[in-house]
Amino acid sequence: MAEGRVVGIDLGTTNSLVAYMQGEAPVVIPGADGGNLVPSVVALDPMPNPVPPDGFRPTITVGNTARRALIETPERVIYSVKRLMGRGLEEVQAELKLFPFHLADDVEAGEVPRIQLGEMKFTAPEISAYILRQLKRNAERYFGAPVTAAVITVPAYFNDAQRQATKDAGRMAGLEVLRLVNEPTAAALAYGLDRAKEGTIAVYDFGGGTFDISILKLRDGIFEVQSTNGDTHLGGDDIDNLLLMIALGEIFAEHGVDLRSNPGAVQAVRKAAIEAKIALSTELEARFDIELPNGDRYQREIPRDVFEMLIEPVLERTAGPCRQALTDAGITPEQIDEVVLVGGSTRIPAVRKLVDDLFHLSARGKKPHTELNPDEVVALGAAVQADILAGESKSTEQMLLLDVTPLSLGIEALGGTVARIIQRNSTIPASATEHFTTGVDGQTNVAIHVVQGERELAADCRSLARFDLKGIPPMSAGLPRIEVKFLIDADGILHVTAREQRSGKEAQIEVKATYGLTDEQVESMILDSFDNAEADFAKRLLIEARNEAETILTAVEKAPQSAAWALLTEDEKLKINVARDYLVTTKLGVDPSAIREATLILDHATRRFAELMMETAVSTAIRGKTMDTASEEMGEAVTAPHAMAPAEFK
Amino acid sequence: MFKVLDSAVPVACWSCSVGHSDSTLFCPHCSKIQPPPGGDYFTVFGIDPHLNLDLHALESEFHRLSRRLHPDRFARALDNEKEWSLADTALLNDAYRTLKDPIRRTEYLLKLEDAVPAESATGKDRKDVSRVPADLLEEAFELNMQLEEMRIARKTGEDDPALQASLEEAKTKYSALLAAVDVDLRNEWRAWDAGNEATRPSVQKKMVGLLDRRRYLSNLVRDVNEVLGA
Repeated sequence: MAEGRVVGIDLGTTNSLVAYMQGEAPVVIPGADGGNLVPSVVALDPMPNPVPPDGFRPTITVGNTARRALIETPERVIYSVKRLMGRGLEEVQAELKLFPFHLADDVEAGEVPRIQLGEMKFTAPEISAYILRQLKRNAERYFGAPVTAAVITVPAYFNDAQRQATKDAGRMAGLEVLRLVNEPTAAALAYGLDRAKEGTIAVYDFGGGTFDISILKLRDGIFEVQSTNGDTHLGGDDIDNLLLMIALGEIFAEHGVDLRSNPGAVQAVRKAAIEAKIALSTELEARFDIELPNGDRYQREIPRDVFEMLIEPVLERTAGPCRQALTDAGITPEQIDEVVLVGGSTRIPAVRKLVDDLFHLSARGKKPHTELNPDEVVALGAAVQADILAGESKSTEQMLLLDVTPLSLGIEALGGTVARIIQRNSTIPASATEHFTTGVDGQTNVAIHVVQGERELAADCRSLARFDLKGIPPMSAGLPRIEVKFLIDADGILHVTAREQRSGKEAQIEVKATYGLTDEQVESMILDSFDNAEADFAKRLLIEARNEAETILTAVEKAPQSAAWALLTEDEKLKINVARDYLVTTKLGVDPSAIREATLILDHATRRFAELMMETAVSTAIRGKTMDTASEEMGEAVTAPHAMAPAEFK
Repeated sequence: MFKVLDSAVPVACWSCSVGHSDSTLFCPHCSKIQPPPGGDYFTVFGIDPHLNLDLHALESEFHRLSRRLHPDRFARALDNEKEWSLADTALLNDAYRTLKDPIRRTEYLLKLEDAVPAESATGKDRKDVSRVPADLLEEAFELNMQLEEMRIARKTGEDDPALQASLEEAKTKYSALLAAVDVDLRNEWRAWDAGNEATRPSVQKKMVGLLDRRRYLSNLVRDVNEVLGA
């Protein structure tokens, strides 16, 4: 196992986070902009004009900067890529109907679908790898040391291919993925850390793109999952899309403008839809007010009760999995001691009401747990699991997570039916041994089709892989006895080994995963393999430290033009100038931590100035100027809110 | 803690080279994890094959062993230890899943005792055949006809209160028969646990019959519930 710290990563549909165990408590590691959430958005920077010669690769940005590009250059941005992970061509095609990005023209059936992004093409794991690399860098920046190992969370209901794709993404990003942890289970770990709890808890995890329900039993520090269920195609995205469709329809009906052919405009409406959704969690009414390309305004009130009626079918889809999970765990709602809410969508009051009804909470004088930030709790739990794996900490040494496989594993039997070999909700690792024979004299091959799912017919289940047992010694039909061992590991990923028992010969298996990249493909997609090299790492730290110094120096440079500057005492101005000169000198050196320290000193010296500036900005706005002109007057300080934010590091 | 079977093959520990029985998960000498042991699911828990088990003790032992064997405990271990941790934990989980459930436990024990007719085919040629108990043959045929009628009625949206009532009645009846089988099975468990090599074969035969009957009845109850609940 790699030396150094192990971080916990929540690779989310909408946002991603990285956390680690600081002493006895998990904490989220902020990015360079000071924010904890990294939007799961990846963008190609605009092509320079004139276009450079062949071989030019545009810079790839991740997070808030990429999200800002969504309206300007939507064809160069991809988001919600988690929905495409481990999916086949047809599924991706269906999925993409709702998104502005599209498949590359030359994608062939059977290969991992590639998405066209500007002039480049990427598979879903590659896009995820860019997000993971950003998180890795944020952590390295924070620790001032390389980070090479991580625990990554996945929806509990992710199938084998989706899990494998996530692991592949980690490898491409230069991370050894020590464990994939199910998101609801991670949340339970985060909640269970500070209390020695006993009892049965349900984790209701309604995120941006996926829904999971897990029921766990806690005893003596052991978190034993009893059952899990969910829908990997259900989340806040679906609510956004509902609002988006209604808005687009009304804009067309009332203003005769069809925005669907204008991706930038669609993104602007989508943004307004998301804002309305968020507002409706606290307000009884939200407003759409969107300027259309023809200058008209689309304005509309959305009362909360209308919104709730609208989203009811989406929310109702979470109820079935909850009931099934209870049945599978063999318990009634009354036997659930506590309910934990995870995921941004659980902020919606109608979701809370549904949960309350499902688990008879208020009827029993109970409330769901929401103490931990629903956006952060999964990453915090991943950090706890990372600490368990590192095995060096007192606070987690008694904790152990026993998770289950969400879907039954089966093999296609005669007539296309499924013979189940590992039932869903079996504790993992789990194994099954099956024996196969030949049907024809002298037959040397046996083909096996492995599927995942609960349906009776193989065709209705998810095809996992096809195996060819080869090199069977020629014998009479029915005589060979090939033992095949199926093993689902602690990440929920399947491994297969086979042996011919009569001859004692190891049968060769050629595994052809139905979806997924080959080892060689993953190898070839590893991002900047030099990323881990020590020399390069130091270089990168230096560049980043200098960039941060540059940002604050530019802001300080413009400071005297601001009205707020006049409000400072001479002593304060002197301190700023001294700190500025110190940073300018230090920046010439090559020691990243010295530059960071000087940046921090200047940041402290300018803190009061930054506060004054915010106050003046507000009063300027009140005096009748718009925020836009106010911010123009103040340079970047308002539109780039983090220019003055403290640079956090250790 | 672990029963050393006389028949167990002695092997040498990969780490300290001291010999031990191949039915143990850890070397008794140096405590290092060992490759998956031979022996059955009962041996994994260090208990004698019994059909009446103390489930609470079983769970505690499962937790205790999980803490020592789970791959989470071997994240920084050698590659072979990692591999054995995975294989051993899979064995432990399979054993626990089988033993904690009374029906699976009974089926497993009967298989160990070679009391079930060898599966004619396993793997992809396997089929779940459940023989119809002779005394239920006629009624079950009738019930299946009713179920089919009800499914058709549901599809066409027709309401048939008489059929509905008849199915409700069947549900009560077959649920009661199922419960009766469980009582009978429990009695046989006691007989088996208290028995010896001479008495057990006849008990086993009865249990095979009861399990067949139970499987058939529980499928019927499931089908009726499905149709009524639809």
